[in-house]
Amino acid sequence: MYAKGYHDLGTPGSTGGAVTLEVDGATVTVPAGTSIMRAAALAGGDIPKLCATDTLKAFGSCRVCLVEIEGRKGFPASCTTEVAAGMKVRTHSEALAKLRRGVLELYVSEHPMGSCPDSSRCDLEHLAREHGIGESRFAGPATARDLHTHEPVDASNPYFRFDNDLCIVCSRCVRACEETQGTFALTIEGRGIESHVAASAAQPFLESECVSCGACVEACPTGALMEKSVITAGLPQQAVTTTCAYCGVGCSLIAEVTDGAVSRMVPNRNGRANQGHACVKGRFAYGYATHTDRVTKPMIRKRITDEWREVSWDEAFSYAASEFRRIQAAHGRDSVGGITSSRCTNEETFLVQKLVRAAFGTNNVDTCARVCHSPTGYGLKHTLGESAGTQEFVSVQHADVIMVIGASPTEAHPVFASQMKRRLRAGAKLIVIDPRGIPLVKSPHIEADFHLRLMPGTNVAVINALAHVVVTEGLAKEQYIADRCEKASYETWKKFVADPVNSPEAMEKISGVPAETIRGAARLYAAGPNSAIYYGLGVTEHSQGTTMVMGIANLAMATGNLGREGVGVSPLRGQNNVQGSCDMGSFPHEFSGYRHVSDDATRSLFESMWKVQLGSEPGLRIPNMFEAALDGSFRGMYIQGEDLAQSDPNTSHVTAALSALECLVIQDIFHNETARFAHVFLPGSSFLEKDGTFTNAERRISRVRKVIEPLAGLADWEVTVRLSNALGYPMNYTHPSQIMDEIAALTPTFTGVSYEKLDRLGSIQWPCNEKTPEGTPTMHIGSFVRGKGKFYVTAYVPTNERTSSRYPLLLTTGRVLTQYNVGAQTRRTANMAWHSEDRLELHPHDAEARGIEHGDWVGVTSRAGDTVLRVEITDKVAPGVVYTTFHFPESGANLITTDNSDWATNCPEYKVTAVQVVKVAQPSAWQQRRQAKIPAEPASS
Amino acid sequence: MNIERLVAMANDIAAFFDAEPDKAVAAEGVRFHIARFWDPRMRREIIAHVQAGAEGMSATAVTAIKALSPPPNSSNQ
Repeated sequence: MYAKGYHDLGTPGSTGGAVTLEVDGATVTVPAGTSIMRAAALAGGDIPKLCATDTLKAFGSCRVCLVEIEGRKGFPASCTTEVAAGMKVRTHSEALAKLRRGVLELYVSEHPMGSCPDSSRCDLEHLAREHGIGESRFAGPATARDLHTHEPVDASNPYFRFDNDLCIVCSRCVRACEETQGTFALTIEGRGIESHVAASAAQPFLESECVSCGACVEACPTGALMEKSVITAGLPQQAVTTTCAYCGVGCSLIAEVTDGAVSRMVPNRNGRANQGHACVKGRFAYGYATHTDRVTKPMIRKRITDEWREVSWDEAFSYAASEFRRIQAAHGRDSVGGITSSRCTNEETFLVQKLVRAAFGTNNVDTCARVCHSPTGYGLKHTLGESAGTQEFVSVQHADVIMVIGASPTEAHPVFASQMKRRLRAGAKLIVIDPRGIPLVKSPHIEADFHLRLMPGTNVAVINALAHVVVTEGLAKEQYIADRCEKASYETWKKFVADPVNSPEAMEKISGVPAETIRGAARLYAAGPNSAIYYGLGVTEHSQGTTMVMGIANLAMATGNLGREGVGVSPLRGQNNVQGSCDMGSFPHEFSGYRHVSDDATRSLFESMWKVQLGSEPGLRIPNMFEAALDGSFRGMYIQGEDLAQSDPNTSHVTAALSALECLVIQDIFHNETARFAHVFLPGSSFLEKDGTFTNAERRISRVRKVIEPLAGLADWEVTVRLSNALGYPMNYTHPSQIMDEIAALTPTFTGVSYEKLDRLGSIQWPCNEKTPEGTPTMHIGSFVRGKGKFYVTAYVPTNERTSSRYPLLLTTGRVLTQYNVGAQTRRTANMAWHSEDRLELHPHDAEARGIEHGDWVGVTSRAGDTVLRVEITDKVAPGVVYTTFHFPESGANLITTDNSDWATNCPEYKVTAVQVVKVAQPSAWQQRRQAKIPAEPASS
Repeated sequence: MNIERLVAMANDIAAFFDAEPDKAVAAEGVRFHIARFWDPRMRREIIAHVQAGAEGMSATAVTAIKALSPPPNSSNQ
């Protein structure tokens, strides 16, 4: 059942020309192609329905939506009959009521009144009551109910259960799995009265191919598929529209609240990003917000070997402020800094960087986007003129060729993946560039036309080879380039990529991708006519991450694939507010809106508003902070919502730096790995506990709305305000809307943004200003933001991380569907049922050569460190390549990643680490120490 | 700061700009990048390293650092 208060129009909308008809005597005008059912609903007169819902194509099976049409014989189904000009429809008559009662009685024979655990949520029982049906004349032996009764309820899925006894075989769940999610896990097995819903090959839901997106549960018109959370909770008293706090898709969700607690999360059907869909994380995995691990009291300690002491908020702020001021007095203003979080709101992020710049008086502020998408900002800004993706998600429905590079959308961005898969099933071509056989390469009704299975670290070799084919085979869009790009840069780049050293044949030796595969992919991409590139961290987290982003932009410009729907360059952001945290001036060299701190006019604007003198020199990036901490010139750090000790590479190096700090202030909802090195712990607030905005991967700003009160008493933005006040730099905001007003006043791309407008429009894609008052879905229409697009020469430079006889395999890292990032949230939910540990994927050939069997413990050793993981033998990875996720701190995945980083941004090279893998019998020394909870040692100073 | 790390960073930047056919343009690209993105203490240390013989640095990186203006003196560090 859909969210409280939603008016389901029965069938999807249409976009045809206007058609006027009469429904029950009322004149209504709708687009051609609209169903009678939808037209009637739009006119305010809902037609009874069971198998229809407005997110699924009409099916016409339940036969309760029959209508009469003047001049036509019979009783057509209103869901499958399109409107026509001048048509006169009757939706209610004695004849129709009689027919509907008969049909409903048949359904009630399968699903007796009162059999649902919550009949108020059952459309069938509701309709039957409306038609005066108490019990069915057809109930009894030889019915489907008689056949299916006594089948056990399938409660294997942790979030919902399936009771076949309550199912009316309307196929809404099966169609939702196909049309909305695109997994095809459900089917109708059997014929006639033996028909029943089955997951995969009649398996329990948990063991089936079901990805637990919940679309089937929402689609079910009875209680057959129902969230476990609502069975006992009853109907909600409140429904609050907010934005998901997981990945960069930024799904709009409706939180239903029963007795002060969230009882159900439902995707917003009016949400532009998610189009009414959600995934297993957004829809179900919100329980971490009230997990017993939540820290709700401020704490301090003088040394990291001391026990924590709970204190009042005032004492915590006072202690933290006095420590920062003491350090600055002794070691200079630039001896402290702060980290903003991509998990927090725009307003909170803006405040943290403001606190660092204005209250601390330094530009030593950075964001966790440093370690994921900083190359995107640099690469796209330099080539196209703006540090952001070019499209909105629905643009993919206009793409003819989709190229996915270094991303696994079905695992990391599942709701957008469903939209992409819909387009692929409709005929778009697919090119995948990835070392792994990601699920998108081959799934039901989808198979990549080309899979360029390159060796980790050779992205730039492949993008140059693709460009070589475009240029040397005359596939470049010369007129587009002449009109929109810098001539000199194009000529230089063209000569560079045309050089035989960049040919597919030459690059085959480096990348391992057959030359003909590269040539075929290049021809397909260039032919389009609409070709779109989507990429992820498999592009950015390399020593040449920025070079690769530039190479992608070069290719898109050269083939004319920017500046309209269906094309573009779209980074798939990892965390919910990566885009926002970058937009809000979190980088040490720039203010909000990506303006350099050395720009006098911009700095003057901020100085005037903030009433303080600001620095004109760039500050330290996160890895620079670590180096400075180790040399003693950086001693104090304020981190909001980021777990550096788990997420950053070369853990030993990171923890050595953290333990060298004199004052580390952590603001988080859980006692994370970094907190082991902290002196002050400020309890954070989850997305359910505060107001604000997130900006997703398509530049869409969406409201986050408070659903429950902050567990610790303060929302994150309030904590920063109080800390700033304790530091002697007053902040006087009383609501996050005031912070957004300040952002709008200081940031050209946000001048038209306000909470009032967000409430009115639902969401806004920046730039939003006087030129585009309702936002900008597609960027670079007509011309690029920087004026003329600029091609950059992108020579392939091999990473310093090489395999050797000692480290013969290449490790790359990534995510799974059911866990998220460092796992702080999802590990505290029932998502553990699917993925309870990080495993190392190893190719069968490499396993055999080492005498390793599936499930063995293996030691993974790199030049940086070692850890132990359980092994999974699979051909998803190529020979010579191993892969793991990093969702569990005890895995120590980042003990083995190195200090190598992107040349332009210092984004770590997570995706390439040379390792050796051997069978072992026990955890690593680090893991044993961690398990024994041996406290962190302070560095000797 | 760890000078080996700073040298590696400067060399990585130079390796990107070395693809420029015009070596003067390449060196200016490196200089501009470091001026825009490196904290003053990092710039001071890399300048001092070049003045001390530039051990381990690529030719383009050395040319770039020699053209890099020293950061303003600050009492903050």
